[in-house]
Amino acid sequence: MKNKAKLLATPYLVWMVIFIVVPLGVVVYFAFTGDDGKFTLSNLGEITTYLPTFFDSLSLAAVSAFICLLIGYPTAYVIAKAPANRQRFLIMLIMLPMCMSFLLRTLALVAMLEDQGIINNLLWSLGLNRVSLIRRPSAVILGMVYNYLPYMIMPLHSVLVKMDSRLIEASQDLGCNGFKVFSKVILPMSVPGIISGVTMVFVPAVSTFYISKKLGGTSTAMIGDIIESQFKTSYNLNVGAAMSLVLMVIVLICMGIMNKFTGDGEVDLL
Amino acid sequence: MKKIALVLLTVMLFCAAFSACGTGDYTATINVYNWGQYISDGSDGCLDINKAFTEATGIKVNYSTFDSNETLYTKLKSGGVSYDVVIPSDYMVGMLISEGLVQELDFANIPNYSYVDEEYKHLPCDPEGKYSVPYTWGTVGIIYNSKYVTKPVTSWEIMWDEDYAGKILMFDNPRDAFAIAQFLLGYSINTTDEAELAAAAEKLAQQKDLVQSYVMDQVYALMETEEAWICAYYAGDYLYMADTNPNLEFCFPEEGFNHFVDSMCIPTCARNKKLAEEYINFLTDPEISGENMNYIGYSTPISQAKQYLDESVANSPVAYPDAETLSRGEAFESLPTETVTHMGELFNQIKASGSGFTTIAFFIIVGGLGVMIVYFWIRKKYRDNY
Repeated sequence: MKNKAKLLATPYLVWMVIFIVVPLGVVVYFAFTGDDGKFTLSNLGEITTYLPTFFDSLSLAAVSAFICLLIGYPTAYVIAKAPANRQRFLIMLIMLPMCMSFLLRTLALVAMLEDQGIINNLLWSLGLNRVSLIRRPSAVILGMVYNYLPYMIMPLHSVLVKMDSRLIEASQDLGCNGFKVFSKVILPMSVPGIISGVTMVFVPAVSTFYISKKLGGTSTAMIGDIIESQFKTSYNLNVGAAMSLVLMVIVLICMGIMNKFTGDGEVDLL
Repeated sequence: MKKIALVLLTVMLFCAAFSACGTGDYTATINVYNWGQYISDGSDGCLDINKAFTEATGIKVNYSTFDSNETLYTKLKSGGVSYDVVIPSDYMVGMLISEGLVQELDFANIPNYSYVDEEYKHLPCDPEGKYSVPYTWGTVGIIYNSKYVTKPVTSWEIMWDEDYAGKILMFDNPRDAFAIAQFLLGYSINTTDEAELAAAAEKLAQQKDLVQSYVMDQVYALMETEEAWICAYYAGDYLYMADTNPNLEFCFPEEGFNHFVDSMCIPTCARNKKLAEEYINFLTDPEISGENMNYIGYSTPISQAKQYLDESVANSPVAYPDAETLSRGEAFESLPTETVTHMGELFNQIKASGSGFTTIAFFIIVGGLGVMIVYFWIRKKYRDNY
């Protein structure tokens, strides 16, 4: 019986082997070989020149994830406390922007923030001075928060909505004030949601390349941009693969650290 | 019973659909891989070349575009693709020939080759003219917006001018970007000398903070909307942009500039060599070439095509500069692979050098997280003791 149930996973297993395991193997192979196909560690050595870019990407992604959490948590809470039928509508509103390609959404942001963009032209027509909004780290963070916020709200919402309201009542009966209810009951119980939300924002954000290219200036190149040009403009597959590999390891370490917060290692990935 | 019939019907329909694709009208298809905005596509009342080709020959054209020679090279080099016609620039033609990525053409199938001007038949990248048929030629210069750029523009130095910080666009490919720095420093644009390359990289790094972004095909939008004021780009594209924004001006820099020829080649991965040659022949027809250049703004290597050009294009000093100006032009040659790789690496490093702001932020974040982890651990241990 148990073996038969396992068979059901075969399609995905085959899929995973072909499209995840094999490509990963190729990445590892390229990362540790030179142009001549021989084993070498020099690709990893070359990465050290790009260390500042790694730091940049990690901190931009971390700041974005944190801002997403600050905005997303109250939103998810409000939605979770709404009546069931309104909840569906609100969730749909959150999901709605995701129906449109994220490239288009980013381009729309560019059109708004540009020096000759919608906001600046509006300011100009009101007789105000133009302000420089685009091509700075904050614009990249704005773009990432804008694009990835739904990924923060969804897991938080799914945790908060399942929360037993009797526990909150019980803590109130036992004398907790509003802040204590939040910090001692609601927050600890929603940690799995926070972890999976932060993971779902941080992981794509750290490897993003389009957003920083469009919204960032020349000094906010992210590691994704560099990996892209390793492949696209300088035909340096080996260094590109090594950079991807290091990025993957960093992301895994970050996820491992985040899992520590859940206590018993229970992560509710959506 | 009904269900089975339905299933059978569906399967039959599928088979019919697929076999139609397999044996039907579309067997004769060629894959063409060309630069973006680099063929007359029927907009603005111009001739749609690919459509005209299909009408004339019944061959369907599957057309896709790239934005730099390096992108094309990566595609061909890493394999897994099949293109019948590609249109790289001179130095890339040479590189593709030396790596065996393109094949010899059968000129019996390209009778229109006789129209190509003699001076374009034996280019340094393909001295025997066996592998390539010239498509266009052109130059690289400074395109600037005269509404904002009030200083006289004569030299590449304007792209290092701090007064225009944040309004300058730079090439997003190592070869074109390095050439500009090399002209300024007085080096050959075909240098393989490490010290000269390092100096050019240093020069480009100095420019980085002034550059709005490193772009290729995005220049059209950025220059036309006046989001950027100065860029280095191909002369043919200037004509295209100036149609939309008449404030744009073009300058042939005094230090020199790249003079290039883009040629049609057939890669070794081609499936339909004969049809590809037919396509190349079609594009080399003087009338087609003229119509094509009217739209894309580049210069034709076929003198007889000039009679089909609009007067504004044919008399444009940007598209057809005088001999004195053209003598300042320098052509790219193919460089050894090590130099190409090294240049690419240097260019990536220029682009990657961070702002420093976020490195500080990184350590603050790491420190903060560390403190939090320790705090939670201690608290948990403390609790577990009860």
